[in-house]
Amino acid sequence: MAGNPFPQSKEQLLQAYRTMRTIRDFEERLHVDFGRGDIPGFVHLYAGEEAAGTGIMMHLGDGDRIASTHRGHGHCIAKGVDVVAMMKEIYGRKGGACEGKGGSMHIADLSKGMMGANGILGAGAPLACGAALAAKFRGKGEIAISFVGDGASNQGTFLESLNLAAVWNLPAIFVVENNGYAESTSRDYGVAVDSYVDRAAGFGLPGVTVDGTDFFAVHEAAGEIIQRARKGGGPALLECKMVRFFGHFEGDAQTYRGSGELDDIRSHQDCLKKFSAAVTSAGVIDAASLKAIDKEVLAVIENAVKQAKAAPQPTAADLTTDVYVSY
Amino acid sequence: MARKISMKQAINEALDQEMTRDPSVIVMGEDIVGGAGGDGERDAWGGVLGVTKGLYAKHGDRLMDTPLSESAYIGAAIGAAACGMRPVAELMFIDFMGVCFDQIYNQAAKFRYMFGGKAETPVVIRAMVGAGFRAAAQHSQMLTPLFTHIPGLKVVCPSTPYDTKGLLIQSIRDNDPVIFCEHKNLYGFEGEVPEASYAIPFGEANVVREGKHASVVTYGLMVHRALDAAALLAKEGIELEVVDLRTLSPLDIDTVLESVEKTGHLVCVDEANPRCNIAADISAQVAQQAFGALKGPIEMVSAPHSPVPFSPVLEDLYIPSADSIVAAVKRSRAGARQ
Repeated sequence: MAGNPFPQSKEQLLQAYRTMRTIRDFEERLHVDFGRGDIPGFVHLYAGEEAAGTGIMMHLGDGDRIASTHRGHGHCIAKGVDVVAMMKEIYGRKGGACEGKGGSMHIADLSKGMMGANGILGAGAPLACGAALAAKFRGKGEIAISFVGDGASNQGTFLESLNLAAVWNLPAIFVVENNGYAESTSRDYGVAVDSYVDRAAGFGLPGVTVDGTDFFAVHEAAGEIIQRARKGGGPALLECKMVRFFGHFEGDAQTYRGSGELDDIRSHQDCLKKFSAAVTSAGVIDAASLKAIDKEVLAVIENAVKQAKAAPQPTAADLTTDVYVSY
Repeated sequence: MARKISMKQAINEALDQEMTRDPSVIVMGEDIVGGAGGDGERDAWGGVLGVTKGLYAKHGDRLMDTPLSESAYIGAAIGAAACGMRPVAELMFIDFMGVCFDQIYNQAAKFRYMFGGKAETPVVIRAMVGAGFRAAAQHSQMLTPLFTHIPGLKVVCPSTPYDTKGLLIQSIRDNDPVIFCEHKNLYGFEGEVPEASYAIPFGEANVVREGKHASVVTYGLMVHRALDAAALLAKEGIELEVVDLRTLSPLDIDTVLESVEKTGHLVCVDEANPRCNIAADISAQVAQQAFGALKGPIEMVSAPHSPVPFSPVLEDLYIPSADSIVAAVKRSRAGARQ
């Protein structure tokens, strides 16, 4: 077998593939189960965007915080949140990550540095500034990341946070996950500048744009700005250009897309296919090893669904608990 | 005799003592130090009315001036609280809460419940409330009902320097988000305050005047209006009992019920606008839980259903007065059941 041409070790590459595959299968399964009517509420799927969350989160430890979005399942999995607890939460069951009180849009695990998916677009950016401020006071080189979509990048909270992070020199990274659509509206309709690097520059932050379907590009760019922030170099913005395989929410007929668009992105911009082709053609990981991971991940997801469906429902006694620490 | 200090000094002393006691306490807000980045004096203002003046010299960079950017810094205070700090964020005027309300009512208030009891958000947001400053419609509101309505928030509104110090210290030590409302017209009000640190528990109303003929239930500046009304009525042989709620969430309804069971008459006074305000809430709870004790109709005295006017003449008419409380007590007693 040839030498490894990638900056990541073989173990890291296997881990990246496992994480991306777990996210993909988790979301594909939710798509099916939601369609069958098994899952209540609103669900927004991260399928197609796996390389971004995975490539960024591989640089983080539990002490690094992230503030996620409504499309948060991928961030959770990449940050190490337990898949069974997530599935139970999405099914609204006791024993879920939030005891069934949060649901898909509010999954959090503070012990993993996951400060929550968020139903309010752009709301995570100020919270990430606060996490970065706390990290700065702790002085251990920890950082915080705010994820927003291209839509929420227009929110005042996001723009104010860019400024606050810059003037306080916070160890905060702002990741714009640009999947081309703010709900049903194209990114180009709602954002006046062509590049988020320009928008970052307007706030005094360095910015970089990468192909968010290319794990290697994301991993490398994120690594640089995260290291810089850890050393006191201050905030930065990372734009990941990516694609969304499903609608804004489950049930979205996606009639706003051009004809053939979904087939095209599935064929040509699938981050998992691109990753698999890169590592197998370089001879670093063989196809059989990837297939073995696929099989393991499928079993993990199947088990999570099984456990979620078997988990108890909350009861009336749970309705008014945990509103306060004390009252 | 204990020393007397103003409410403003009581706030400063509480912040100073808690910052000294606990290094995780940080204070942030617009101009809370003042003069940042300029060539002139640092600690130029110490807050727009000088409440935090002098703290920078003692605690340095744990006092952080912020850009005029409420959503960002209130959100940052909340995020830092969720990550182990105990931030006290000053919002200057409660009217500005609208700018950053999402961070307060969708984020801070809901973390604990929404995350299944696994989050703590020990943030304090201080803001000035109330009319009487000739500051017009956007710097004078009493928005306590808005925050009291929201599960997950605690709401405090003290009436004296003693309560202010003890309740602010409790707010900082408390593990839930607290909206700490400071009546700007009480900043100069002086009262006895011990120098030592002390905390006053939430959810304990204070009977500031005992009386047997009617109960006046209120909070903040209106406590003083109620006491003025009590002095006027005492000349006619009518003794008011005045209950200062001190914290609106949690609410000490038991003390209110006990008082009404004793006097048989309830007058609820609230400087807030009348619809769905604290007076309406207390009235409903008493009607439901102590109907049999009532000897006359419950009366409510609130500001009118209008914005706060600028004209000093109109603003004085807007703010509930001692006379309007006296009239309400008389209405309740006139409607007394035989």
